Amino acid sequence: MSTHNYPKYEYRRAPELDAPGRQRGVIVVGAGPVGLTAAIDLAQRGIPVLVLDDDDTVSMGSRAICYSKRTLEILDRLGCGEPIAAKGVGWKVGKVYHGNELAYQFDLLPETGHRRPAFVNLQQYHFEEALVRRANALPALELRWRHRVTNVTYSQDRVTLAVATEDGDYALTCDWLVVCDGARSPIRHMLGLDFEGQAFRDHFLIADIRMAVDFPAERRFWFDPPFHPNQSVLLHRQPDDIWRVDFQLGWDADPELEKKPERILPRLRAMLGPDARFEIEWASVYTFQCRRMQKFRHGRLLFAGDAAHLVSPFGARGANSGIQDVDNLVWKLALVMAGETTAALLDTYDDERVAAADENLRNSTRSTDFITPKSAMSRTFRDAVLALARRHPFARRLVNSGRLSVPAVLAASPLNTPDTAAFAGAMVPGAVAADAPVTGPSGAWLLDHLGDAFVLLAFGDGVAPAAARALAEAPVPCRVVQVGGAAPADRDIVGDPEGLVAARYDGQGGTCYLFRPDQHVCARWRAFDAKAVRTALARATGRIEEAR
Amino acid sequence: MTTLVTDPNIGAPDDFYEELILLHRDLTDAQSALVNAKLILLLANHVGDAGVLRAAMAAAREDVGPSP
Repeated sequence: MSTHNYPKYEYRRAPELDAPGRQRGVIVVGAGPVGLTAAIDLAQRGIPVLVLDDDDTVSMGSRAICYSKRTLEILDRLGCGEPIAAKGVGWKVGKVYHGNELAYQFDLLPETGHRRPAFVNLQQYHFEEALVRRANALPALELRWRHRVTNVTYSQDRVTLAVATEDGDYALTCDWLVVCDGARSPIRHMLGLDFEGQAFRDHFLIADIRMAVDFPAERRFWFDPPFHPNQSVLLHRQPDDIWRVDFQLGWDADPELEKKPERILPRLRAMLGPDARFEIEWASVYTFQCRRMQKFRHGRLLFAGDAAHLVSPFGARGANSGIQDVDNLVWKLALVMAGETTAALLDTYDDERVAAADENLRNSTRSTDFITPKSAMSRTFRDAVLALARRHPFARRLVNSGRLSVPAVLAASPLNTPDTAAFAGAMVPGAVAADAPVTGPSGAWLLDHLGDAFVLLAFGDGVAPAAARALAEAPVPCRVVQVGGAAPADRDIVGDPEGLVAARYDGQGGTCYLFRPDQHVCARWRAFDAKAVRTALARATGRIEEAR
Repeated sequence: MTTLVTDPNIGAPDDFYEELILLHRDLTDAQSALVNAKLILLLANHVGDAGVLRAAMAAAREDVGPSP
């Protein structure tokens, strides 16, 4: 069926089979989207990292296909956003039909002035291949394929892993273990850790078909279409003339039967017409669950992605939230490993990403309750909303075919410094930096200038050279990026030709924003104050005593 | 802040009640349920105020259920 040529990554014999190795700093388990992102981020910071994966290729089947703007921005920071954005199909418009009629339409990015689109659709195997290429270019990163973790124990001092390979078993020890081994997380099972939540009583058929048609690059969702009555259908465009069709089947469907081509083809014919020419690339029947671990940090173990939380696919909140998990985790782990702060900073990974997971679970559960109503009355209200949406704008806002992934605003984070002045707009402490076009030596987009360390974005020349130097030379350095004004040679100056930086940040002369290494706002002021910035930096790095 | 009005507020209550019943004439139970749901959604949007809606939902649920 599949025409994709899956790479086969080379297995290599572990040196630890012959002689025990020294304790490593950090090991990542799982070379999926989340594990690879974590490893690339660590290695790009110069931290040696070993990745273990039990397989030797990328995702079988297209699986996760919708990658959000924030994911692309994180990958831009990691040096592999461009190939993914270039290969993917960009989209931002979603259309929701009831029967044959358009009930609701949304635009996920109605404004211009952003480097990346709201979403790109890309087969997970292409996504992973791009990450593996980037990983292989980093000398600090070692990937071991067909090395399966069979046991994990951890103490105050270390994590110990047992690893099985075709050449025999060996042991590894490390300070920190980043667990990205997926929804069925063998490590979570080995340790008997909780994974609370609910399973939904419904089946869905995914079919990826190859079809040369010129439908628009939009997300299209049908409730009760004539070609698949009483159920929902979702259509997404992918590169290489591949289309993703997702049919709701109901709880009574037989998953084994529904996977057979003779069952799939009539469904596709009904949808696409008797004359449509297509081939099935990949098909799967799935159910879904909404669950999360109670805590993502267990001592020296840090769980991320599907291993830590599971959502329904309607909203593209799985892979995208996993990538945000490790974006949040890695800079903190790097500071802890460098001895710049205590391991307590890692508890804020737990605080922040558990809150984000709850937001994703809430949205995902609400979408699921709309798509698969759990009671007759829930179904009646759903149908009432859809019926009203044809004529009444208010009801369109209630139609829920998936609320698509947006980065979590970490508003309640203990790392934020509360505002002491009034600001307009969305860039509250905890929000992820809004991009904007700029001019300047480090790139044409604001996010290029923020990079992966602490940055103070200053509107105008209110930060004196001595103050900028003190920030840059601190143990946890902070670069000054200045918007407009006269140009001292000691800092990155960006121009704001369209005024969008000032508009999106409510920037006035003197305004300063402090960004964390994951590009979230953690403090802002109307005038530069060196002491306030130092205190906010101490707070954002978990050095509580200094922040008082 | 607006609170839920539970004192008489409809000018001609008997007229309203008759129209409400007539609204459901010739409908199956399923159709009636749909019409009621649409009516609730239209009225809820008209009210808008989340506190009032929550108070109305709580009042509607008072003395009902959970199912045995």
